[in-house]
Amino acid sequence: MKVIVCVKQIPDPALPGELDAATNTLKRDGKLILDESDSYGVEMALQLVDAAGGGEVALVSMAPNNEMSGLRTALAMGAAEGVLVSDPALSGSDALTTAKVLAAAVQRLGGADLVLAGTESSDGYTGTVPEQMAELLGLPSVTFAKKVTVDGATLKVDRQTEAGYDEVTCPLPALVSVTAGVVEPRYPSFKGIMAAKSKPVDTVTAADLGVTAVGWAGSGQAVASVAQAPAREAGTIIEDDGEAFGKIVEFLETIKVI
Amino acid sequence: MGLNNIWVFAQAANGSATSATLELLTKARELGATVSAWVGGDASSIAGTLGEYGATKVYATGDLGGALPGVAVSSAMKAAIDGGDAPDLIMFPQNYEGRDVMARLSVKLDRTVLTNNIDCSVDGGTVTVTTPVFGGNTLVSTSFSGAAPYLAAFRPKSFAAESAGGGAAEVVAAPSGDLGSTGGAVVTSVHVEESTGPKLDEADIVVSGGRGLGEAEKYAMVSDLAKLLKGAAGASRAIVDAGWVPYSMQVGQTGKVVKPNVYIAAGISGATQHMVGMKGSKNIIAINKDAEAPIFGVADLGIVGDVHKVLPKLIDALRARG
Repeated sequence: MKVIVCVKQIPDPALPGELDAATNTLKRDGKLILDESDSYGVEMALQLVDAAGGGEVALVSMAPNNEMSGLRTALAMGAAEGVLVSDPALSGSDALTTAKVLAAAVQRLGGADLVLAGTESSDGYTGTVPEQMAELLGLPSVTFAKKVTVDGATLKVDRQTEAGYDEVTCPLPALVSVTAGVVEPRYPSFKGIMAAKSKPVDTVTAADLGVTAVGWAGSGQAVASVAQAPAREAGTIIEDDGEAFGKIVEFLETIKVI
Repeated sequence: MGLNNIWVFAQAANGSATSATLELLTKARELGATVSAWVGGDASSIAGTLGEYGATKVYATGDLGGALPGVAVSSAMKAAIDGGDAPDLIMFPQNYEGRDVMARLSVKLDRTVLTNNIDCSVDGGTVTVTTPVFGGNTLVSTSFSGAAPYLAAFRPKSFAAESAGGGAAEVVAAPSGDLGSTGGAVVTSVHVEESTGPKLDEADIVVSGGRGLGEAEKYAMVSDLAKLLKGAAGASRAIVDAGWVPYSMQVGQTGKVVKPNVYIAAGISGATQHMVGMKGSKNIIAINKDAEAPIFGVADLGIVGDVHKVLPKLIDALRARG
């Protein structure tokens, strides 16, 4: 079984995000790490290939400046190879262009039985790329999977819903987006980290993939303004001296909730 | 001057139109001359309500046989647009089905999508949407360029739903045609995680717990307090991912958006992910050990202290009042 996982490399979410003053797009020029949301997809791919009794996990990623430290993390977890699309012309690409690039990268790898992605990235969170890729690749799809098993040529998925979950079946090949927490991502072993250094990563441009890079200017959208949201008025902050619960009771009384 | 023609992707739950649907219809009425709704499935049970909130026409795909609606509804929309019935703007609710339909359609039409919005305005032919970033501290307004139709998704509770007093909408059949294997994802059974008391996104009081509770068993304090206050219990993403409580209880960017009268955050630090889902609450009370926790930045009353000490005393005090 061949599984291709879409991985995003993002600025460390522990650092405060910033907009580029010139373009009003998110700054992504520093060191990038593997988006935690995508580590679940990598882990699930490795487990599914194991359960199928063999196969391969490959990666596709799009990032500026040939950045591949996050990709190496996923390779160290056990993926075999990757395609990295890095092209200054792609800077500021919207979700649709990103999906076109990643779908073309999947095709460059010869397609797969299953394409996995996170439900949304932790930095941009547009949340449409997986489903757009499915449409571009002509695949059926199940988004928001919290459990995935393969039974012959059929996928069985528990799909998260507002009220609980649905059991969904879907023919392979297919694309599935997985939620965070769906599996426990493994930590790369020392051996895995060493092996990842020599695993093949095919670095390509948008043109190599036959995708027209339209960038921000051609994306069909332009930032009109950036403003600060109205701030909430500062509240009362107190240190608990053992009696602070009384303040909560008083507060609830004042606003006539009790 | 507004737009001529706006479509709204409408959804039903338990036979009624969802509140997100009615919110979008209300806003669409303000922005456009003609509003139509799209339904994946049979629309007969909700055509009355959709008309009351401003839709003059309801396009319905008919029974989908359990298929997820993304492929079917986007195909039917594309067929209608190719048939010459193109809208200026299509509004989607920011939820699973809304995103699936919108994403599929964006590829079919080769148009960009703008998601996570909380507002929309029209000036001449220019459509501008607003999305909060960095936990809602910054608002970015983006205008569509190029040719319509424009595709935008809006978070729940962005607009207030108001009836227009309209009569039932005319239902028009909008078949999706043969979808082949692309439409092959089918729901075989539905599981509802039962909860008692008011619904999380409708409750007047919400009590949420986070990682500061330390262990899954301590979440009982949060549910007890919620029950005492006749409110709903919620959770941060951290403890949902950890498996302490089901996803249906998650408040935040990838969970539910809540705007209760009172929101009590117990052991929640206030990550961007969480703040986006509760910042609109009228009164916010936070209890957290870390005085530097971002949650205190939005709290009307903040208690720097241990939830394991504060919550039991608060619960006892409320019980004593009867």
